[in-house]
Amino acid sequence: MGKVVLVTGVARQLGGRFVRRIQRDPQVDRVIAVDAVPPAHHLGGADFIQADIRQPTIARVLAETSADTVVHMDVTAMALGSGSRTTVKETNVIGTMQLLGACQKSPTVKRLVVKSSTNVYGSAPRDPAVFTETTPAKSLPSGGFAKDAVEVEGYVRGFARRRPDVAVCVLRFANILGPTADTPLAAYFSLPVLPTVFGYDPRLQFAHEDDVIEVLRLASHDPVRGTLNSGTFNIAGDGVLLLSQCSRRLGRPTVPLLLPAVTWAGSMVRTLGVTDFSPEQIRLLTHGRVVATDQMRETLGFRPKYTTAETFADFARSKGPGLLPPETLAGAVDRIAALSQRGSGHPPTPSAN
Amino acid sequence: MADAKVIPFDDDRSRGGAVQRPQRRRGAAGRRKSGENAPVREVQPLPGVGPTQDDEPVHHEQQPPLPKDDGGLERRVASGLNFLRRRLTGDYDVDDFGYDEELTDQVLMSLLRPLYEKYFRVEVKGIGNIPKEGGALIVANHSGTLPLDGLMMQVAVHDHHPAGRHLRLLAADLVFVLPVVNELARKLGHTLACAEDAERLLGQGELVGVMPEGFKGIGKPFSERYKLQRFGRGGFVSTALRKGAPIIPCSIVGAEEIYPMIGNAKTLARVLGFPYFPLTPTFPWLGPLGAVPLPTKWTIQFGEPILTDGYPPEAAEDPMLMFNLTDQVREQIQHTLYKLLVQRRSVFF
Repeated sequence: MGKVVLVTGVARQLGGRFVRRIQRDPQVDRVIAVDAVPPAHHLGGADFIQADIRQPTIARVLAETSADTVVHMDVTAMALGSGSRTTVKETNVIGTMQLLGACQKSPTVKRLVVKSSTNVYGSAPRDPAVFTETTPAKSLPSGGFAKDAVEVEGYVRGFARRRPDVAVCVLRFANILGPTADTPLAAYFSLPVLPTVFGYDPRLQFAHEDDVIEVLRLASHDPVRGTLNSGTFNIAGDGVLLLSQCSRRLGRPTVPLLLPAVTWAGSMVRTLGVTDFSPEQIRLLTHGRVVATDQMRETLGFRPKYTTAETFADFARSKGPGLLPPETLAGAVDRIAALSQRGSGHPPTPSAN
Repeated sequence: MADAKVIPFDDDRSRGGAVQRPQRRRGAAGRRKSGENAPVREVQPLPGVGPTQDDEPVHHEQQPPLPKDDGGLERRVASGLNFLRRRLTGDYDVDDFGYDEELTDQVLMSLLRPLYEKYFRVEVKGIGNIPKEGGALIVANHSGTLPLDGLMMQVAVHDHHPAGRHLRLLAADLVFVLPVVNELARKLGHTLACAEDAERLLGQGELVGVMPEGFKGIGKPFSERYKLQRFGRGGFVSTALRKGAPIIPCSIVGAEEIYPMIGNAKTLARVLGFPYFPLTPTFPWLGPLGAVPLPTKWTIQFGEPILTDGYPPEAAEDPMLMFNLTDQVREQIQHTLYKLLVQRRSVFF
């Protein structure tokens, strides 16, 4: 008998892709896709059940379908469509509580995979440069998605304690980017001009959508020999990009603003509801965040296909050129180089004399 | 053209230059005098004449000197443009700590080098005590109100070590709070002084520099110069023990006198959020001019390594051993400091 996989948060692109992908795995019999709103994209042959995970109906869904693997992807920073921050927070926290409550009651559940985020580490100047899975956050996030993620992980730990027979895997993803990503950072990089914090050049790490799908698959199945896929793992591509590098590779000019101005502008933009420029995102864009992925490689046995730089290149390709495309700048420098080479005898010689 | 006729007596190179110069001058003059017609005629020949037209002889005259002495300059221009191209397109690498090796080597070190070579005239001793490869922890005294001693130590290792190693300094958290400073520090390869970062760097086989006196050392009054302060809680020793990395004591003489701190405006420091606010004979009385350091003569001596790989793994948890090793390192640095001070002829020479 094959597995029955229940996936939450399928109305999002990433959830939809994961549902379509995991159906093709031979050990999977049936995929049940759950979300509060019907998805705009197709879900392959998965059974879509419209259920709000904030409601107790999720318990009935779980019991009726007798799912043995639950993949919880409905922990997100941004509202889908026009939802408010309150809805997102409720879905994140209350939804997780309901789902975990349902799982606890269900005798069939054997495996739980939770999509979390490296936001749980916060970002502060007094933090170590590289976070490992065991590094406690110096300053616990005071609000926003990071606080949701911390609380979600707290409930998941509680669940793991009460149901030791269920394999629990928490995947802390770095900023997810890719052609279809709908994360706050992707929205930020889509701005024509990037506001940055003056005097800070944060280090950023990205995880590619394809790698996210792959690692979620890896965690949903039985562990491969010699690896262990329960526990908490940081997931990120190799290497680091500075924000300045990102903007240059993207070809979007930056506007350095003083930190108080950025905070003020961020709160104004938030009130206007233009984009979710949250305080935690400002902190990320000030101090940056880098996580260690040794556990991902050694224990989980996962090797991401894309490095941070490749992920960003893929994302940049999908975005199209900015105001200052790197090719144009490179071309300009090349022209100067060509000029100086052609005129090699001309201007430099007198000055060398 | 009168000028050009005079110059040919000279050697080839200046002639090549001289041929150019009048052309340019004439072009400028023509532009000024006759307006639109002349510049068009003048501008066209410049790119056109050189490679193609009837200037064969001039071309020949210009070419021979190029490989001789313009090669260096040209290569420098080319590599500079190449560097600029990579910077502008973001096509360079930084490590997990944000260390930008290219920027450090090409730009930041060149900015610090005049200070190191010309201003403080740093003399480096015992550079051979730094191992050629593998993790090692350099422990140095800290002084001078501003952490210039750390930067000079970094230049010393960068410029003098035969294997061209890079020193990764551990800096106080204040560095990473301040704008601009934190950006530069990260790009220079510095990171926060905490056990996690130090261990990770040592594990990667990097050369790590630490100044365990911290603010107590750098912000001590002038009267206590060259008296080592308490070495924190000895965390650096347990980190080195855990990684089996040798500890290299380093004594820096000369940094104490760059800003003789005769007072400390504690209230002002508290308001600004700094650990101390120095009052020197010139600062803040002379304003920014008072912040110019005194041009003292420096000596940086790297001492014999203290090996830590002979201890069992549980040694890192042994507080007695930790205190003993901390004292040993501290005494060795203090001893070397006194020796260097006796040898020193004058503060400034």
